[in-house]
Amino acid sequence: MALLELKGIDAFYARIQALHGVSLTVDRGEIVALIGSNGAGKTTTLRTISGLMHPAAGTITFDGRDISSTPPHRVVQLGICQAPEGRRLFQRLTVQDNLEMGAYSRRDRGGIRDSLEKVFTLFPRVKERRHQLAGTLSGGEQQMVAISRALMANPRALMLDEPSLGLAPLIVDTIFGIINEINSSGVPILLVEQNAVKALDVAHRAYVLETGTIVQSGPGKELAQSEEVQKAYLGI
Amino acid sequence: MDGSPAGTTQDSALAEKAEEVEDPAAIAARDQAWTEGLMAVRAGMVGNRWVRLLRWLVLGVVIVVLLLMARNIATHSQPLAYFLQTIVYGLGSGSLYALIALGYTMVYGIIELINFAHADVVTFGGFISLSVVTAFGFKEGVVNGPLILLALVPITAGTMLVCGLLNITIERVAYRPLRNAPRVSPLITAAGMSFVLEGLMFLWKGPVNNHYPDLIPTGQLTLIGTTVRIKDAVVVVLALLLVLALDTFVTKSKLGKAMRATAQDRDAASLMGIDINRTIAATFFIGAVLAGFAGTMYGLYFGNIVFDLGFATGLVAFTAAVLGGIGNIRGAALGGLCIGMFEAFWNSYFVSAWTQVMIFVILTLVLLFRPAGLLGMRVPDRT
Ligand SMILES: Nc1ncnc2c1ncn2[C@@H]1O[C@H](COP(=O)(O)OP(=O)(O)O)[C@@H](O)[C@H]1O
Ligand SMILES: [Mg+2]
Repeated sequence: MALLELKGIDAFYARIQALHGVSLTVDRGEIVALIGSNGAGKTTTLRTISGLMHPAAGTITFDGRDISSTPPHRVVQLGICQAPEGRRLFQRLTVQDNLEMGAYSRRDRGGIRDSLEKVFTLFPRVKERRHQLAGTLSGGEQQMVAISRALMANPRALMLDEPSLGLAPLIVDTIFGIINEINSSGVPILLVEQNAVKALDVAHRAYVLETGTIVQSGPGKELAQSEEVQKAYLGI
Repeated sequence: MDGSPAGTTQDSALAEKAEEVEDPAAIAARDQAWTEGLMAVRAGMVGNRWVRLLRWLVLGVVIVVLLLMARNIATHSQPLAYFLQTIVYGLGSGSLYALIALGYTMVYGIIELINFAHADVVTFGGFISLSVVTAFGFKEGVVNGPLILLALVPITAGTMLVCGLLNITIERVAYRPLRNAPRVSPLITAAGMSFVLEGLMFLWKGPVNNHYPDLIPTGQLTLIGTTVRIKDAVVVVLALLLVLALDTFVTKSKLGKAMRATAQDRDAASLMGIDINRTIAATFFIGAVLAGFAGTMYGLYFGNIVFDLGFATGLVAFTAAVLGGIGNIRGAALGGLCIGMFEAFWNSYFVSAWTQVMIFVILTLVLLFRPAGLLGMRVPDRT
């Protein structure tokens, strides 16, 4: 059974339906990409998984447990963490305090210290900046802190919402390298991206979302070869 | 480095995303439009000669008032003693205003609500401790000296706890159900809550001034003709300690940081595993604990309490919070002291009947000329 499974999810903003029967799975050890153009419903999918909004229909299960109506802080405690779109750092807290907030629901001091060490090895830059207010960092650094902050919860599944948005190509490469590294340490990742080239390259499997509906899915490399995907998302 | 903000690389996408509440690029764009609009209005105002004239007029009036006050200070029969005595009074009531202002500022900081009922919780705290004190038969002279502290400390602590629980209940029934409603809705229930509390206290203690026994030992110290009573010192020192404790709590403790995180970005905070409801409840609890303390101290310090004390006191304390920069804890403490000091000086050197009016003049001037307050952020709290 898949670690994370969405079955027929409908989601609404007031009366506007943003998701129409979305189904997807993420297995242990996988990187799964969710691609689609602006407004397709990628962020809404992640918000629904995180419990920031609840599906009007369908079920979300994590490790066999139904989390469709679980509040967001409980979802984090169960092990699903998210680095949200636009980083959403606590701008007027220091980097260190942001990381501490990431570990908010943990009680194991030793484990938190280990996670901090790991994060600092992964992102030496974050360590250098740890006493600065998060709002004073550059976009790339903020993205690193956002990923670090999510890792501080020692997640069993990590969701990244457009980690490359607005970053220079060099930083984008770094970020995707790190995504691979995190995944090879055993953390399954659900990756939302508009940068389909990069996402399909790094993902084991991928789903294509169009106006709230999954229109295609398959191994990343395969989708990258598909004609529709090439036309719509790869600019080929 | 990279540095190009999301908004500039995604220009074409912006228009399409403008309605999306959680989209940072759209929010940034909207905020920028807001700020530019405000700047334009401001520029228009600065450029307008009538507005310029108004500013000079206000400045002129302030200067004249200060000169008049300086004259009154200098021409008093005992200038120095009277001046210092005024400062002592200002410190006393300023400390109380500071404690009350903290409750307004903490709640505003986390959910952007002006909790009109806050000062009524202060009055409620005063009444609770007064009832216990009366029930035990404590009066002036019945228990003397420091022994009374053995009774006062647990009574005050109990009052603080009760006020905290009351405020949590208020938040639960009056504000939480409206958390996602338009902003004016909880404002209205807050005003309603204030009336309900005042009504209940009216039924409980009547329309009269309730005498509060002067239980703090009555020693005093006279220096250069200035009297400092033990209760002056007690009120100022305890208030200062509480402000410092609160500041340390909010900047250093995990829950305090969670409160600031929640204030800055509620959704992001819940994505960290922070229980938003509990964190907001904790904020109301802490604000009310300070209110309970302030209410008891008010009774002990001024010697009487009336059911609608919160109405005027609340507006003054709220002014203090705005003056310091609403949402800013140190600002509220500073604002409280400034307002207390202003009140004392106006009472001492001008007509005390005008003091309240002058405080609202200050509120208006702050909102007009420095809406962010003395220590407030230049940028809005939320991005
Ligand atoms: N807070 C909101 N209120 C109303 N509609 C929204 C809100 N957020 C997103 N939407 C709409 O839901 C749809 C999906 O948005 P989103 O999930 O953000 O897409 P994506 O992340 O793929 O760009 C879009 O049509 C968007 O306009
Ligand atoms: Mg999105």
